[in-house]
Amino acid sequence: MSDPKRVTVVGAGVAGLCAATVLRERGHQVEVIDRGPGPGRHACSWYAGGMLAPWCEGEMADEAVVRLGQTAVDWWAARVPEVSRRGTLVVAAPRDSAELTRFSRRTGSYEVLDTEGIATLEPDLAGRFSTALFFAKEAHLDPRAALTALVRRLRECGVAFHFDRAAEDHHPAGLLVDARGFAARDTLADLRGVKGEMLILRSTEITLMRPVRLVHPRHPLYVVPRGEGHYMLGATQIESEERGRVTARGIVDLLNAAYAIHPAFAEAEIVETGADVRPAFPDNLPRLRRRGRSYAINGLFRHGFLLAPACAEMLAETIADPSFTPEIMDEDYRERATA
Amino acid sequence: MRVYDVELTSRLLLGTAQYPSPAILTAAVEASGSEVVTVSLRREAAGGREGQAFWSLISSLGVRVLPNTAGCHSVKEAVTTAQMAREVFDTPWIKLEVIGETDTLCPDVFGLVEAARILSAEGFQVFPYTTEDLVTAERLLAAGCKVLMPWGAPIGTGLGLTNVYGLRSLRAHFPEVPLIVDAGLGLPSQAARAMELGFDAVLLNTAVAKAGDPAVMARAFALAVEAGLAARDADPMEPRDMAAPSTPVLGKAVLG
Repeated sequence: MSDPKRVTVVGAGVAGLCAATVLRERGHQVEVIDRGPGPGRHACSWYAGGMLAPWCEGEMADEAVVRLGQTAVDWWAARVPEVSRRGTLVVAAPRDSAELTRFSRRTGSYEVLDTEGIATLEPDLAGRFSTALFFAKEAHLDPRAALTALVRRLRECGVAFHFDRAAEDHHPAGLLVDARGFAARDTLADLRGVKGEMLILRSTEITLMRPVRLVHPRHPLYVVPRGEGHYMLGATQIESEERGRVTARGIVDLLNAAYAIHPAFAEAEIVETGADVRPAFPDNLPRLRRRGRSYAINGLFRHGFLLAPACAEMLAETIADPSFTPEIMDEDYRERATA
Repeated sequence: MRVYDVELTSRLLLGTAQYPSPAILTAAVEASGSEVVTVSLRREAAGGREGQAFWSLISSLGVRVLPNTAGCHSVKEAVTTAQMAREVFDTPWIKLEVIGETDTLCPDVFGLVEAARILSAEGFQVFPYTTEDLVTAERLLAAGCKVLMPWGAPIGTGLGLTNVYGLRSLRAHFPEVPLIVDAGLGLPSQAARAMELGFDAVLLNTAVAKAGDPAVMARAFALAVEAGLAARDADPMEPRDMAAPSTPVLGKAVLG
C-alpha cells in the first residue's frame, strides 16, 4: 500500500462493513461510525435472507447483479465462518409449473432434477415435487452471524467502532464513505425504500440443507436454513417506505407458501417476525457516488450480501485511482438516463 | 376515444405493478405510448402515505394516472381506498375492483355495483372492473359509470379472450359506451382481437411487466392495438368457405 488514507465509514450495515473490510485490507486507516448501538436491528441487513444466489436473482435482476454477485461466495467464505456451499433448490407447485419454466428460461447455471434427484438432495422433500431446478454453485450464510464476524475481524485489525453516534456529530479528517442505506435519503434524492417482511420459524419435524425457493405467480417465497431447526422465510416486496410494521397479510402469504413447500411448517414455532425497507435506486442497481472527499455507496436493494463485496472492491479501487470509473459510478439516475 | 370528457389517442392502458424496477417500468410506459397508467394503493399505503416515493415516481411519468382499488375484497375497503387515491393523485378517476373470489380474483359484481353507486354519488368517475355479464353492465351504468371494463380472462392468467361470445354481446348491447378489455391478456394478438371485436381499448399489466423485455413487449402491444383498431376501421372482409382466387384464372394460357 503506497498511499494509506484515513477513512471514516458511516453505517455498520452490510455495505459499510464490507467497505471497511476491503479498505482495511488495502492498508487504509479505517474507523466505522453508526447511529445504532451495534451492528443489529437498525440495519436492514439484519433482516436479510443471506442467500448468495446470483443466478437465481437473474430471474428478475439485471445482468450486472448476476455478474457482480458471482464474486460474493468466495469473498464471504474467505472472511467469515459458516458459508454453506450447498446450492439453491427452486420448486413450484404442480399448478404453477409454467412459473418454473419461465424461471428456467430467465436464469442459467442450473440442472433440472426429477423426483429422485430432489429426494437425494433434500430427503424431506421426497415425493413433494416432480421437477426442480438446482443451482449448485450458489451458497448461503447467516447474515447476523456474518455481520458480527466481520465486526470482530475488523476490530482485530485495529478498526475503531463508534456506535450510538450520528454522522453529523462526526467531522473526520480524511475520506468519508456514506453507507447509511435508506437513512441516506436526505442526500440521495432518488433513493427509495422497498418494504420487505420476514419471519423465522423453528421446526424439529423438517430438515432442509439449503435455501429452497418456491416460485409462485402471487407469493414467491424463499426458505433459508439457519441451523438448529431455524428457518428464515422471506420476503415480501412492497413499494412502501413503512419500517417495522409486520402485516398479517405478509405473514399469511409467507406461511401459506411455506406450507406449500412442506406441511410440517404448519406446526413450526414462530420465533420472530420482522420488517424493514431496502434502499433502492430507480433501476434497483447499486450506486457509487463521489463528491470531493466523500463517497456514497447505496441502493443494494435486495442484494446486500450478494453485491456488497463487489461494491466495496470498486469503492477501494476508486479511492486508489481517482481516474478509475467503475460501472456503478454515476450521477443521479435522471442525469444518467439522459446522458 | 372519450372517457369522462377526456379524449385519449392511445388505446392501450398500462398497469404499473410487478416490473423488475421503476426504471424498466418507465421505459415500458414510454414504449407503449400509453396516456393512462393504473396504480394500486391498497398494499403500498399501509394506512398512510408510506407508498409516496413510488406514487411520486408514477406521477412523474407525465401520463394520466388511473388509481385502482386492487386487492380490495369489500365495498368499504374499496371506497376508503378510492377516497385516499383521490387525495394522493388529485383525480376523480378510479379503477374500481371489488374481488369476490380469491382463486380467480373474480369480481364481486354485487359489491362492485354498490361501491360504484357510492363513489359516483361522491363525484368519482368510476372505471369498474367487471365480468362480461350484461345485467351487471346495466346496473353499473345505472349506478353512474360511463365506461365499463370487462375481463378478458382472470387477472394475470394471460389466457386472452376466454368468452368471445360474451364480449361480443356486451359490445352489441352497449354500442355507445366506452368498453375497455381489462385483464387476462397475454399476447399482443389477443389485444388486436379485442380491438377487432369493437372494444375501445385494452388495459393490461402482467403480460408486459413479466415479459423478459417489458419495454419491447409494451411496444408490441401498442402495435397490436393500433393494428386491431385500423383493421376494424378498414371494414374487414367477411369470411367464407369457398375459395376465391385473388387473381383471375380465366384466359390464362394453358400449356401442355
